[in-house]
Amino acid sequence: MSRFKKSGKKEMPGITSSSLSDIVFMLLFFFMVTTQMRETENKVKVTTPEASEVVKLERKDLNAYINIGSPTLAYQAQYGTDARIQLNDSFRTTDDIRDFIAAERDAKSEADRQLMTVSIRADQDVRMGIVTDVKQELRRCSALKIMYSARKPAK
Amino acid sequence: MAKKTPAINSSSTADIAFLLLCYFLMTTTMGSHYGLSRRLPPMPDPNQKVEDQKVNRRNIIVVKINSADILAGTEAIDISLLKDKIKEFLSNPANDPNLPEKEVKEIEGYSKGTYPVSKGVISLQNDRGTSYQAYIAVQNELVKAVNELRDEFSMREFGKVYVALDETTQKIVRDCIPQNISEAEPKDVGNRR
Repeated sequence: MSRFKKSGKKEMPGITSSSLSDIVFMLLFFFMVTTQMRETENKVKVTTPEASEVVKLERKDLNAYINIGSPTLAYQAQYGTDARIQLNDSFRTTDDIRDFIAAERDAKSEADRQLMTVSIRADQDVRMGIVTDVKQELRRCSALKIMYSARKPAK
Repeated sequence: MAKKTPAINSSSTADIAFLLLCYFLMTTTMGSHYGLSRRLPPMPDPNQKVEDQKVNRRNIIVVKINSADILAGTEAIDISLLKDKIKEFLSNPANDPNLPEKEVKEIEGYSKGTYPVSKGVISLQNDRGTSYQAYIAVQNELVKAVNELRDEFSMREFGKVYVALDETTQKIVRDCIPQNISEAEPKDVGNRR
């Protein structure tokens, strides 16, 4: 019976932590690939309205964004609190939308141009007047696929 | 005799990787872009004479929004009742002569061949003083009405909700219950900014 007898005190083997770095690197690569840096700074305050029937945007790279809202605190001294349009990185008026759309179209590949969606990110307190102006201008440039940005209501 | 090189201590690579990981965790934004998709009507040709579109009066419901009220058809309506009104308008279950007519259309791929498709069009008008929030809320109700009709139809025909169907079946449902929301030409009513 002495065969199963424990022979003295055994030492606990240490947990190998050499694969820890591999796991962490894998996570790291995942986040590096999925991350998208914000390329433009928000100069207008946009809180999109809530809507329950929203659909997900299929392809983010085919999107052009038009931000509408009142300027953020840092710009209020210069531009006031009236709702304004931001294209790319600066405050613009409706007349600049035509050039903006043309530039966005040029940036896309030939096959994707038809699929380009203009996403209107407007603040919930904005009046429809300015949004209507933007819509009319988009119709004139025949950028007809649009999307009203909205967020899902919190459950 | 070559000297044995000492092993590089690699226990800190995990720490470095953790630091980088935390950085990317903080800066990452997952694809979280949602919205209501719409198609704008093309700009009418200025040379072309505006011809009276022959849309029967019964086939159109005008939803008007201003800064205070919602008007559906001829009467003011609360937003909570709008969805049911639109659903009744689009489905016209009792074949009411005041509600839109149905056109028996051949649907490609549909097992029964034809389906009476409603000719109803929702026309949405707003004035410049409407708040964007109210506008989206109304848009949302309109889409919800159509989505619920589609769900009911899919449950009846295929035993599943619309989103659970595959691509081709979804197209059949879309053909049977179209989403006809037209955003009318802006009109300057109530010059309030």
